[in-house]
Amino acid sequence: MSSIITRRSLIAGVGTGAGLLLSGCDKLAHNESFRSFLYKEDNAHYQLQNGLSSHATLAPEYRRDQMSPVFRANGSINPGTPEYSAWVADKFESFRLKIYGLVNKPLSLSMAQIKSMPARTQITKHDCVEGWTAIGQWHGPTVGSLLKLADVQSKAKYIVFHCADHYHGAALPYYESIDMFDAFHPQTILAWAMNGSPVTVPHGAPLRLRAERHLGYKQAKYVVGMEAVESFAGIQGGHGGYWEDNVDYDWFAGI
Amino acid sequence: MDAAIDPVAEPMPEPAPAPAATEAPAPHAAGGYIYKHLLTTRLWHWVNVVTVFIMIGSGLGILNAHPHLYWGLHGAQPDTPWLELPHWPSWATIPANYNLSLSRRWHLFFALILAFGLLGFMITSLINRHFQKQLVIRPSEVTPSHLWYDIKEHLAFRFHDPKNPGAFNVLQKIAYATLIFVLLPVIIFTGLGMSPGINASMPWILDLFGGRASARSIHFLAMCGIIGFIVVHLALVILAGPIREVGSMITGYWKVPEEGH
Repeated sequence: MSSIITRRSLIAGVGTGAGLLLSGCDKLAHNESFRSFLYKEDNAHYQLQNGLSSHATLAPEYRRDQMSPVFRANGSINPGTPEYSAWVADKFESFRLKIYGLVNKPLSLSMAQIKSMPARTQITKHDCVEGWTAIGQWHGPTVGSLLKLADVQSKAKYIVFHCADHYHGAALPYYESIDMFDAFHPQTILAWAMNGSPVTVPHGAPLRLRAERHLGYKQAKYVVGMEAVESFAGIQGGHGGYWEDNVDYDWFAGI
Repeated sequence: MDAAIDPVAEPMPEPAPAPAATEAPAPHAAGGYIYKHLLTTRLWHWVNVVTVFIMIGSGLGILNAHPHLYWGLHGAQPDTPWLELPHWPSWATIPANYNLSLSRRWHLFFALILAFGLLGFMITSLINRHFQKQLVIRPSEVTPSHLWYDIKEHLAFRFHDPKNPGAFNVLQKIAYATLIFVLLPVIIFTGLGMSPGINASMPWILDLFGGRASARSIHFLAMCGIIGFIVVHLALVILAGPIREVGSMITGYWKVPEEGH
């Protein structure tokens, strides 16, 4: 029964089966309805993590001696637009952060005003979607305090962060978004200092979002605007972020 | 040794099919059938055949984004990796062409099936006593002389105790227990340890594995362990008689082999 022929054909069968399964996966992923089924994992993880843990859990924080000796800069490392270059030239004196959308008091804040606000300092890890991790120190006012200043309306569901950079020359500028739980999370800050000095251009000067319970692509650099919205409809591709719109990254970047 | 003929607890969870109902050979005699694999074990096995395959393929696709592994709390370009891997070829990854987004979608979807499947299997296997009856390793089985005996039997391609042919031998039990209680939990928890959301809600996972970069390295090593298990498992299925073994994992009924097999 278990003759050599059976064994050989079984080995061949296992190999063929594996090959069919592999190419089958790729064929399935080209099917629109299968893909939208597969993509349900995004919301499943969002609901699971929200359902199984408190919204107030803090990301781990580290000691100074545990920081990365060099914090790698990737993604956009200089927006390079005429407007941005002018800000760099005048040391962000003419820069204004706009807070608008579903807020009762739209704001336009200078860096001096932002730097005068109470700030949080945190040493946290930055987990890139690619798999690498760097640990750095971030300092700036909480996004929650800025939203309170602007008197955000209760119907706002998300905060969209509009940026000055066009990733790799993209037609539309970079943007990202978080829900209101993350917006009011005590570790969600607009950092103006990194590792003890003002955020440098490669790391997102003058302001970079830190949403510490998410992957690196949520940590928007060169933030110029914070918009409170009810939905992502009408904002670029409508999926809540540059990567989400362009290559189908998960909107929930908590995993 | 336990001399039970039928290693599974009565009552049987499903009706006995024709072969076992025929009186002719006694269940433990060569040619007879033993009800060996419970329905939950078989279901979990075949779900995992697909799930683990997709997890490995999509995992290698994700690894291609940064094929360097580090120890410690952090690990990025200026840090020194302990392992620098080449990019995995397209025949090994899901999807075949580099697509980090789609690899993650596959991986994070099937991760839910892998994790909740293991949880469900563990709970049902305690209730239906699969673990207690078939997987428990008795002290008498792990004495050096018994282990040495079992290794010699394996080298002679004799995998079954003729007196109790349906029972797992000790090397088999060790392999299955390592997979179920070590490799799969470690790969699931190191996977969770790479999630920044879970890092906040369950920070003890990072402490347990020594940081996110370490958790990622251990995740990869656990995958190597699982691939090792699969290779040995398939080789032994082929050596032990593929039709009998695969058949029993589909129907639950295992045909008792002739002496010497």
